Amino acid sequence: MFTAVTPDCSPTASLRVAAPPAVDVVVIGAGIVGACTALAAVRAGLTVAVLDRGPLAGGTTGAGEGNLLVSDKPPGPELRLALFSLDCWAEIAGHLGDLNGLPDGGFELESKGGLMVATDDRSLGSLTSLATGQAVAGVQVQPLGPDELRQHEPHLAGDLAGGVRYAQDAQLQPMLATARILAAARAHGVRVHPGTAVTGLLRSGERVAGVRTAHGSIAAGAVVNAAGTWGGEVAALAGVHLPVLPRRGVILVTQPLPVLIRHKVYAAEYVSDVASEDPGLESSAVVEGTRSGTILIGASRERVGFDPAMPVPVLRRLARQAIRLFPVLGQVRLLRSYRGFRPYCPDHLPVIGADPRAPGLLHACGHEGSGIGLAAATGALLAQILTGAAPQVDLDAFRPERFEPAA
Amino acid sequence: MSAGGEFGFDGRAVPFIEGQSVGAALWADGVRAWRSTRIEGRPRGLFCGIGVCFDCLIEIDGQGDQRACVTPARDGLTVRSQEGAGRDPLES
Repeated sequence: MFTAVTPDCSPTASLRVAAPPAVDVVVIGAGIVGACTALAAVRAGLTVAVLDRGPLAGGTTGAGEGNLLVSDKPPGPELRLALFSLDCWAEIAGHLGDLNGLPDGGFELESKGGLMVATDDRSLGSLTSLATGQAVAGVQVQPLGPDELRQHEPHLAGDLAGGVRYAQDAQLQPMLATARILAAARAHGVRVHPGTAVTGLLRSGERVAGVRTAHGSIAAGAVVNAAGTWGGEVAALAGVHLPVLPRRGVILVTQPLPVLIRHKVYAAEYVSDVASEDPGLESSAVVEGTRSGTILIGASRERVGFDPAMPVPVLRRLARQAIRLFPVLGQVRLLRSYRGFRPYCPDHLPVIGADPRAPGLLHACGHEGSGIGLAAATGALLAQILTGAAPQVDLDAFRPERFEPAA
Repeated sequence: MSAGGEFGFDGRAVPFIEGQSVGAALWADGVRAWRSTRIEGRPRGLFCGIGVCFDCLIEIDGQGDQRACVTPARDGLTVRSQEGAGRDPLES
């Protein structure tokens, strides 16, 4: 005899019933992208289940800083996506706030602004030309001379060449955001199943028609691959190739302090690091405070597969680079460090959209270091595709099949 | 019972046995909380007890943000509860 299944999010809750349940959409991955996709889809009128082999925000979502950046993106499709995503984040914050009564939805969304600084004239030159192009693309930029920098960040080193302030850059707490968004999604009827690995895909002819898990199968009209750095594995279940690879990064966490640093502050070299093809270590200081008082210091990039090591020389180098920007940090102690694996594609652009090689499968992964910022737009666009609406942003640059050798 | 000693905690003496951490000695003396959280002022003491969670931060000999659970108790330490954002003084 069947008893009512428990109304919680335990792995087996809804999978225990006799007939395989059917939903419009199964989202694989309970990180920030999966959460945003599930919320957008259910709000668009679809029935949704979210599965993750681990806990919520257990992958790259839980290993970053929570940046919503336009400043680090040169003009192009990713910048357009980032600008759209800022609007989507504001909308989500408003929606969650209406539901849960918390200010801005309760995930520490803060439009703090970014400040990119140059240590010498050469990097100031590249920064200025980047900002000029960004301004044309609709980004609010405010060039600052060496003297003006400290009016915005009093603790900056006194010998910097100049910088640019980006008022639109923002920050949020990614794990909190994922949890709050999934809570809102559940309130709308989304089923969330952590601890439920997808072991295979159901097929109906050529079509992807659902997922298989250790706890049972779920039939679905569409399956969304929001598996982040592990998105290539999900694609492989459908027999398609998606070159998403890990790029390791570490973050240092200081002891909690009173507000010392107001913006997200980073060295202009960061932008060239992001775009670099060098497989070795790249690092440039990215420094920002959090609401709990700690200061986060990134950002390193290494292509070392999923090597879980915490490389001490990298920690040392990041600390040195951060002190170069903010000498006061030399007196501050670190509490801990953490690391994660950014999902990167060969062209450093995310994969967003339906996969023509596997009808019924859609991708929303490979956002590299911009997954938090781009998640809200990604979710909104996926919901538009899933409901047959025209996507508000041109997705051509993000096509899943773009890595196939030309025929 | 091994040798031990006493350290000062908020103006009184707390005994410890050799090898005990500051946090363990405080527990043995009936103290469960010695820090208040930064935003809501909630009480905090040992949580993981093994150096991972940083919940048990405490001020020792004038230096804030020490982990009580992994700091060995020593004779004559001056230990204080930590309020809000406990920290070392910053000069700049």
